Amino acid sequence: MPHITLPADMPGIRGLMAFRPETAAPINELVDVLLRGPHTLTPGERELIAAYVSSENDCKYCRTIHGAVAARHLNNEPLVAAVTCDFEHADITEKMKALLAIAGRTATSGKHVTPADIARAREHGATDLEIHDTVLIAAVFCMCNRYVDGLATLAPDDPEFYRERAKIVSAAGYAASAITPSPSQ
Amino acid sequence: MPHIALPDGFPGITGGFAFRPETAKPLRALAEVLLRGPSTLTSAERETIAAFVSARNDCRFCQLSHSAAAAHHLGGDDSSVDAVTRDYMSAPLSSKMKALLAIAAKVQLGGTQVTAPDVECARREGATDVEIHDAVLIAAAFCMFNRYVDGLAMVTPTDPALYDEMGRRMAHEGYLRPSRG
Repeated sequence: MPHITLPADMPGIRGLMAFRPETAAPINELVDVLLRGPHTLTPGERELIAAYVSSENDCKYCRTIHGAVAARHLNNEPLVAAVTCDFEHADITEKMKALLAIAGRTATSGKHVTPADIARAREHGATDLEIHDTVLIAAVFCMCNRYVDGLATLAPDDPEFYRERAKIVSAAGYAASAITPSPSQ
Repeated sequence: MPHIALPDGFPGITGGFAFRPETAKPLRALAEVLLRGPSTLTSAERETIAAFVSARNDCRFCQLSHSAAAAHHLGGDDSSVDAVTRDYMSAPLSSKMKALLAIAAKVQLGGTQVTAPDVECARREGATDVEIHDAVLIAAAFCMFNRYVDGLAMVTPTDPALYDEMGRRMAHEGYLRPSRG
C-alpha cells in the first residue's frame, strides 16, 4: 500500500503525478526531452539506459515500464532482458556498452564516474552530448526510482499491463499520456 | 576538470545548464516548484532537506549552495543548517522536520528503505501527505542533481563568498533565471 493516499487506478509514478501536478509537469518535460527529443542516440537506446539504471536500483515499476518501452522501440524484448542482466555480453554496440557502464557508475554515485570510463565511451565514438545525456538519464532515474519506491507506489505483476502502457507512451510521449487511464484496468 | 567540454565560467550545475538548455529548463522548473513554490513547509526547511541530502551524497557544490540558500531564507544565519548536516537529531529543528529528514535519509539510501513506521512517525508529528510527498521528492531530486554535478565532474568552486552570493540569488531571485558565468 502506498505511504500516502494516491488514486487507486494509477500505479507507479502516475499516481504521484496525479497527486502533485505541479511537480509532474517539469518531470514529464525532462523525461520527454531526454528519452524522446531529437538525438543521435535512438529512443530505444535511451530507454535501455533508463531500464538498466532502474534495474540496478531494483525499482520494479520503472524497470518494467521502461524495459517495455525500450522493447517496443527496438522490437526486441529478449535484448532488453539481456541488457539488464549483463550488458557487457549483450548484442549492442560497443558505444552503448561504454555508455551503460557510465550509467551504472552514476547510479552508484556521480563520483564513481572515472576519466577511464569517459575515455572508453569516446574511443567508441560517443560525443559530449551523448555522455552528458547518459549521465543525466541515469541521474533522473535515480530520482524517479526513489520517488516511486520511497512512497511505496504499486507495481502490477502482469507483464501485459506494461506492454499495453508502452504502446501508449511510445506513441504519445510521457507528458501527453501521464493522465490517461490505464488500459487494462 | 569536467569530463566533457562545458562552457567556461559557470560554476557547478550551471555549467550543465549552459551546455544543454533543453534539459536546464525543466530542471530549473522542478527546483523552483519544490524549493520555492507554495507549500506549508518554509523554503528554509525545504532548502535544508536539499543541503542535508547533498551532504550525504558528498556533493560539495550542492551542499554548500543550498546551505547558503537556506541561510539566506533565515536572514543570514547559517548555524542552523550546519547543525543539521552535522547531526540533525540534535539540531534546533521541529520534531516534524526531524521526522521528514529521517525519511529523506532513507530515500538517499534507496526508495525501498522508507518504511511505514517512518511515515507514521512523520504523521504523528503533524506532517501532511503533501509534506511527506515533497520531502521524498526533494530527497530524490537531489539524488539526481548531485549525480548530475559529480557524474560530469562539474566545477566546484572553493571560495565561500561565491556560495554566499549564489545562495542569496537562489533564495531571493529563484531558480528560473538564466545561468550567469
